[in-house]
Amino acid sequence: MVTLSWQAPTALAAILFAIGMLGLLARRSLVFVLMSIEIMLNAIALLFITAGMRWGDPQGQIMFIFVINLAGAEIALGLILLLRLRARITTLDGDKATLLRDVKA
Amino acid sequence: MTLDPFNIVFYAAAAFSLVTTALAITRSNPVYGLLNFVLSLLGMAVIFFVLGAPFAAALEVIVYAGAIMVLFLFVVMMLKLDRNAAARETSWIPRTIWIVPILLGAALGGELIFVLLNHAGGAASRHVVVSPQAVGIRLFTTDIGAVELASMLLLAGLIGAYHLGRPTKAGD
Repeated sequence: MVTLSWQAPTALAAILFAIGMLGLLARRSLVFVLMSIEIMLNAIALLFITAGMRWGDPQGQIMFIFVINLAGAEIALGLILLLRLRARITTLDGDKATLLRDVKA
Repeated sequence: MTLDPFNIVFYAAAAFSLVTTALAITRSNPVYGLLNFVLSLLGMAVIFFVLGAPFAAALEVIVYAGAIMVLFLFVVMMLKLDRNAAARETSWIPRTIWIVPILLGAALGGELIFVLLNHAGGAASRHVVVSPQAVGIRLFTTDIGAVELASMLLLAGLIGAYHLGRPTKAGD
């Protein structure tokens, strides 16, 4: 009988989440900040799938669908905000986007 | 850890995903970073398949890598990033900037792995494939309320993106 430990995928999810957090903390470019958030969301999705495998239950994949849903809504709003911000600050520097109004390039 | 084919495929895909994700957050060119992340998502789809979730694996490729990341890629191309942007990007990530985040990330990851390895909740589980049919039946019967909430979330995202993306008088 084929057996898979549930610890290994869970540890992988933890490491991927830590990598995403690393990118979120270290990068200044807003493109990479958004991508790091996606990495963290994906790690959480892996955790749900792992839990679904552990119990042999469809609920894991259902939660995965909702995570994808959330990622889609989040990325649409994040990217449109990025495009609007790009017209104002011109360098995609997250540190410059401290004022939501009247940003001077 | 037993070395049956499922475990070998899992560990290979896991190593692939880790390497490509690490590459993704360290590139200075956003397009290369995104392409690395797409590769990582494909490795993740293999992992989902091995974990007995074929429907999630298909969705990961079609929706996540195929739609969301390609949308991301198109927007990055619309940002008109040139050589100056790449050089500035490189200057923003000197090696020293990684030290503190790596310590923090290692602390978080180490804690999570420590908790997992000390958990006594069963060592291994059987390989059960949860079919798309089972997922669909559960999704549209007991979880129908959550589906409605998800549709409202998408509607809010749509309206928000339309509102923020409409042209303004100032032209920006």
